[in-house]
Amino acid sequence: MTAFDWINYTLLAVISLVCVFPFLYVFSVSFTDPEVYVPLRFYLFPEKWSLAAYSYILSTDSFANALKSTVFITAVGTVLNLIVTFSLAYALTKKDVPGRGPMMGFVIFTLVFSAGIVPNYLLVQNLGLLNSYWALIWPVLTNAWSLIIIKSFLESLPSELEDAARIDGCSDIGVFLRVVLPLSMPAVAAFTLFFAVSHWNTYFNALIYLSDAKKWTLQVLVKTLVIDSDNAGMAGAGGDERSVPQETIRMASIMLAMAPILLVYPFLQKHFAKGIMLGSVKG
Amino acid sequence: MEKALTALPIRKEKSYWSRLGARIVKHRAMYVLALPGVLFFILFKLTPLWGLLLAFKDYNPYSGFAGSEWVGFKHFADLFADRNFYIMLRNTFAINVFGLVFMFPLPILLALMLNEVRHGAFKRFNQSIVYLPHFLSWVVVASMTFFVLSTDVGIVNKLIGEAGHEPISFLSESKYFWGLITAQTMWKEAGWGTIIFLAAMAGVDPQRYEAAVVDGASRFRQIWHITLPAIRPTILILLILRLGQMADVGFEQMLLMMNPLVMQVAEVFDTYAYTQGILRGQISTGVTVGMFKGVVGFVLVMTSNYIVKKSGQEGIY
Repeated sequence: MTAFDWINYTLLAVISLVCVFPFLYVFSVSFTDPEVYVPLRFYLFPEKWSLAAYSYILSTDSFANALKSTVFITAVGTVLNLIVTFSLAYALTKKDVPGRGPMMGFVIFTLVFSAGIVPNYLLVQNLGLLNSYWALIWPVLTNAWSLIIIKSFLESLPSELEDAARIDGCSDIGVFLRVVLPLSMPAVAAFTLFFAVSHWNTYFNALIYLSDAKKWTLQVLVKTLVIDSDNAGMAGAGGDERSVPQETIRMASIMLAMAPILLVYPFLQKHFAKGIMLGSVKG
Repeated sequence: MEKALTALPIRKEKSYWSRLGARIVKHRAMYVLALPGVLFFILFKLTPLWGLLLAFKDYNPYSGFAGSEWVGFKHFADLFADRNFYIMLRNTFAINVFGLVFMFPLPILLALMLNEVRHGAFKRFNQSIVYLPHFLSWVVVASMTFFVLSTDVGIVNKLIGEAGHEPISFLSESKYFWGLITAQTMWKEAGWGTIIFLAAMAGVDPQRYEAAVVDGASRFRQIWHITLPAIRPTILILLILRLGQMADVGFEQMLLMMNPLVMQVAEVFDTYAYTQGILRGQISTGVTVGMFKGVVGFVLVMTSNYIVKKSGQEGIY
């Protein structure tokens, strides 16, 4: 190891530390026992472990409702995203299909121009989707970015296999389902993750389309719990006489809002990183 | 002979339509596959464009879309006469300049550092950690920011207090706001941004480094003469495309970080369209602001994409 390496490794370690510091802080406070909790002390690990904050949150109706909403939207939304995006992307790879050009042109147009927040809101309102979970699923059923990446991934697959299946008497839909999709598993894996993360993390659409507090998603609930009760340090935190301190409850709610991502991340990290490079095979 | 000549064009025209029909029938399965996606684009991407007409009407919910009165460019004139418009323009520009100066080079630097790591496990471990914040929601990132930087529950202010200084209101003072937004973006996205540069660096032939070592080149000279030239096209394309996004500011991020004390430096077109159009019911104003931003963004992206293509690279499409 040269001096260059030492400096480089140290700097990288510091950068990684900056990245994980907020996680460690939130993690350790959320698991700290209310009895030994002292506000604003930094613990690398809880002095005394406790699940008090978690059992408090998980026992509330608002949290149970938010968890149900979010899981429903994420599960149903992701499945529909995958079906619609892969089918349309596959159809768009067939250069001979009449209408393909105008459709591709419009898809690209949506990448660079959108009507904006208010027209989209009016549309959802006119469709009668306000306060429905479908308002968080239909308007994001697919998107230009995913279509373009998946389309160029599908174009990079060898066409000989498709031809061979056709000669063996396979229908077009059969070719898509039995030949193309099984070959596309890396893309399916990556986009399952992208779509699921995006549904799980959605905040703004949930905020404007679901005004009924019973239908709130986790992100909206956590925002209300953490940020609204402490907007820029203006409203007083603490002073709450309940047995579990406000801070540990809020930290635990943040942990829960990112729990699925933290749990799957170590195992699926390589798919995430591969995902964005999928389309670059052909540019 | 004459008969055959006149008949020919008619037969050709007929055969064009019949061939088109045959192609459609032949590919009918593709239309079935495309149908849900096409319906989605018509309903959720094409119809809202119709709503843009409201920028030229005085929208009144009782008269409805058709019954509302046409007012021409009145809403645009009002917008350009509004002091807020120039505040939004300045904020959008300032936040983007901060992003260009501080955020844009960071993934490049980080990728160069990671690329120099010879120890495989250390490299992978660091990559895993710096990619992670990209997957968190803005709600989680904003919440963490409060616990790190706010004056009453922020751990940093606790340390500042212990060092005997006054707490710093990072979150509620205008002078820190643009820096705060940029720092958040850096924390969340810098690591993820390295992927595209690392991929470009992976394409460099290792023999070039070996030859450079034989010639006695230091690590810095290897980076300067081999690695950087290899990623220069990537840097240029991303820089131009980034310039095309100068009208954009992370909307969820702004919505979560803004508060009445920093409004003057935090209001941008999207947040204004949201508060006016949806919260206050000023539909036409909201549509106008959104349309202005959309058109400016469109022109910027088209221009930057044109420049990328002109330079012989592949653009975004």
